[in-house]
Amino acid sequence: MMDFLTVTLPISGVPVNVLLLVLLGVAVGVLGGFFGMGGAWMVTPALNIFGFPMPFAVGTDLCHMAGKSIISTRRHAKFGNVDMKLGLTMLTFDVIGIEIGARLVMFLERLGLAGPVIRWVYVVFLFLIASLVFYDYFKKRAMERASAGAGTGEGSAVRWHESLHKIKIPPIVRFPVAGVECSMWLPASVAFLVGMLAGFLGIGGGLLMMPALVYLIGCPTYVAVGTDLFTVMIAGFYGAFTYGMKGRIEFLAVLFMLMGAAPGAQVGTIATKYIRGYGIRLIFGITVVCAMISVILKQVGLTEAATWVVMGAVSVLTLVVMVGMFRGAARELRAKKGVRP
Amino acid sequence: MAFPKGWRWARTAAASAVLLLAPTLLFAGGGEKQGKLVHVADTRNLKGFNLYFADLYNTNRLLFTVEVIAITALTGLLLGLLMDVLVSRIGIDLSHRDEKE
Repeated sequence: MMDFLTVTLPISGVPVNVLLLVLLGVAVGVLGGFFGMGGAWMVTPALNIFGFPMPFAVGTDLCHMAGKSIISTRRHAKFGNVDMKLGLTMLTFDVIGIEIGARLVMFLERLGLAGPVIRWVYVVFLFLIASLVFYDYFKKRAMERASAGAGTGEGSAVRWHESLHKIKIPPIVRFPVAGVECSMWLPASVAFLVGMLAGFLGIGGGLLMMPALVYLIGCPTYVAVGTDLFTVMIAGFYGAFTYGMKGRIEFLAVLFMLMGAAPGAQVGTIATKYIRGYGIRLIFGITVVCAMISVILKQVGLTEAATWVVMGAVSVLTLVVMVGMFRGAARELRAKKGVRP
Repeated sequence: MAFPKGWRWARTAAASAVLLLAPTLLFAGGGEKQGKLVHVADTRNLKGFNLYFADLYNTNRLLFTVEVIAITALTGLLLGLLMDVLVSRIGIDLSHRDEKE
């Protein structure tokens, strides 16, 4: 069935269904634009499940992410969600980290260990991130209930950033859009560590950077999403360059995924206009858990089950975000008509 | 032939070291340093766009990388602009948000 949509990719020689690539692009565009990330944590295992060797999955993913992030970043910049100063501060250290991570992948590939090692490191980080997000969400809910409508103020229930801001190693820098003042070395260190993991896992950094910006730097969720996409875009281009030079990009797959990601990224980005910051964090946590389950299933040899988990989770969550966006947009358009009948 | 006691210990230690190191030395002498894995695209059944990029991939990796990145960026920009036009026609205000944390 649908064999006519199957093409053999010219560089890796992998046969793949074009419709699957476009749909993956749509989903990753919606969820990536909504969470402020490249969405590579879904794409890399998905491409691997489609039959791409892991280094090709990582390289193709980083390249597609660069193109897609242009679309989402432009849209978030128009919302005023991008702190360019913070993004540029983090960028250099992010790129150095990515290069170190990418070299580690090539080393593991020579040893024949790239696939399993990357997948297990993935699982550990996905678990840690999901735990943190759920802990934060439920603690915030408990605080809201305890205050019984008096309001708990803006920001996270987990406030690690306040302790980190007390480390006053000069120069001290103010980031106006994020509303943060801290040592320049704090975002630099966070970016270096995130970049190294991103290059190793081939995830562009958004999956790690978004929670890092919220919990370690202290950004509001929306600014974390927008600034994250800005750094992901640049990091994605650098990742595409380094993986391109190493010959691990399947360009035709990148173009197919971009065709789906373009409308998807618009929908996901506009959805952040209508959904609360903590709602974004909750959906993010659920998505991370689904990604973790799929990677574990793949690792223990249940590839078909892993495919169903990835595709099922991505489809349901994409629908949730799309419904949120369309309902919010419909409400806004109705309100506009009410003002000017 | 009689050797001093210390010399016998030295001989035993040297013989043991040779036995222990021999496999490593043999591998070091006979094997080559492992290079990077080289992937070559099979261009025999390709045409047009695919053939061009597969050839470029095999012959000039730097140009391949530069072209891939440039086309990816341009495609992203063009598709983004196209979607901007479509979204602006719907009438959604994209200049501010109401929801907070």
